[in-house]
Amino acid sequence: MTGGSPATAIVAEELRRTFDDVVAVDNISLAVPRGSVLGLLGVNGAGKTTMVRMLATVLKPDSGHATVHGFDVITQSQDVRRSIGLAGQNAAVDENLTGRENLELVGRLSHLGREKSRERAGELLDQFGLLDAGNRPVRTYSGGMRRRLDLGAALVAQPPVLFLDEPTAGLDPASRLDLWGVIESLVSDGTTVLLTTQYLEEADRLADNIVVIDKGLIAAEGTAKQLKGRLGDTVIEFEFASPDVATSAATTLGSTVSAGTVVRLVMANGPATLRDAMNQLAAADITPSHVALREPTLDDVFLTLTGSAWAS
Amino acid sequence: MGVVSDSVSVHSSVGWAVRDTFAMVWRNLTVIRRVPQLLVFSFVQPLIFVLMFRYVFGGTIKVPGTPYVDYLMPGVFVQTVAFGAINTAIGLAEDKNKGLLERLQSLPMSRSAVLGGRVLADTARNVFIVLLMLAVGFAVGFRTHTSVLQVVAGVGVMVLFGLALSWIFALIGLIVPNGEAAQAAAFPLLVPLVFASSAFVDPRTMPGPLRWWAERQPVSITAKAVRSLTIGGPEYPSAYVWGSIAWSLAIIAVMAPLAVRKYRRS
Repeated sequence: MTGGSPATAIVAEELRRTFDDVVAVDNISLAVPRGSVLGLLGVNGAGKTTMVRMLATVLKPDSGHATVHGFDVITQSQDVRRSIGLAGQNAAVDENLTGRENLELVGRLSHLGREKSRERAGELLDQFGLLDAGNRPVRTYSGGMRRRLDLGAALVAQPPVLFLDEPTAGLDPASRLDLWGVIESLVSDGTTVLLTTQYLEEADRLADNIVVIDKGLIAAEGTAKQLKGRLGDTVIEFEFASPDVATSAATTLGSTVSAGTVVRLVMANGPATLRDAMNQLAAADITPSHVALREPTLDDVFLTLTGSAWAS
Repeated sequence: MGVVSDSVSVHSSVGWAVRDTFAMVWRNLTVIRRVPQLLVFSFVQPLIFVLMFRYVFGGTIKVPGTPYVDYLMPGVFVQTVAFGAINTAIGLAEDKNKGLLERLQSLPMSRSAVLGGRVLADTARNVFIVLLMLAVGFAVGFRTHTSVLQVVAGVGVMVLFGLALSWIFALIGLIVPNGEAAQAAAFPLLVPLVFASSAFVDPRTMPGPLRWWAERQPVSITAKAVRSLTIGGPEYPSAYVWGSIAWSLAIIAVMAPLAVRKYRRS
């Protein structure tokens, strides 16, 4: 079946894309049920943006298949484009046009007609709190206002599927919270969202399912809860007075040092592990300066899965 | 108007291609209007050339048959549209660099409208600047010796040539990463075309191979075509007009499909 409103809004099968012999996306498959949010999580260069660009018909895959809203991204690309909105770090608005003009232009190019484009522009400026700034050139906008306008531009044609490529990258905390609220209200209206982010907190809050990608490959997938559950219930964090002490403590405990002086253990049985670890440290005559027991975060998941340090 | 249709035929029709192209022309002209510095700069450069060649070098340059200013101005017009075409590359490269192209590529708009809208807006801009330069020409003593209709046709010939060059620069704009790179790429391409030509001096004074090139390449042909339509005479037969039009159409026929293909592929 093609077209209509399939139960799975986004399907990717073995998508692959290389740039000058560098494999950006290496046979990734994923499926996003209609009305849900998939968080694509990974560091810079993991392949998130390439994945989004292929699904949004901006970039052709080298191999593999994908459908969005039931349409094939290669053979039915114009139908796909009529069903999607794209926003984020790489899809921009025109700095020299006003906010209103930007939205109207997207409306006209989405073939809504002049009247409807004008109407939608007004509605979206209102919805995103940009009514006062609507007739000013975008170059006078703050970063948060630009991102809201950018998201608005993706919504002009009221698409059933939305691609958000790092929608809050570079925003201050207040603007980020603000944008999260907007995205949540869209999702509650039934829009399917594929969201890329390097903020674990963002995926945790917005995504129903999370796919962790690293170097073009899927490193893990599941709900935030499942991913955390795979690690065990508890994280024990020891902090030491100096990096040297931390290094010998890590050797003693069979773990690695992160953030200079921190040694982390992720275990199913927290208290028992803590007791054993303290005994081992005592035997080695090492005293931690600080000990904490806590629930795992997605940071821990990522550190464990990819072994690479998280820049946050 | 205003009716949303889901049928493929309606969306891919020529009508939508035209409407999308005009929406892009509107956008590009609005930007030119909002950032008038760009327009001023593209006017100042040929103005300096006019003053320099008219009053600094002009006294020592002799061309057969006509006062130098009448020879010079058609060359300046062609130089103006040729350098004006760089704006096509800069505009597209900057749209790409800023991410605007990515948004446009995700919209169900015509696949040729982004380039078509750019090239047409730059052509409109070229018409405006050529008319300004024409006024400058008259102010420094340039006089036409042909009918008004022929002068209008002369403007048409140079604007068509500018449009053709714009398609070359459309392709360059899609290849280079940003506006600065577009400018850097344009310079070595345009200098041998614009200066190793009959735009400012008579190629008969140049050494053999350079002269051969300068007498045949499209900038020279177009400069001579414009001279044919503004000063006329046996030195500049109307064959140059047809020659220039043929060059322009040939460049468009080759470069426009290449540029659109490059845009669609990525």
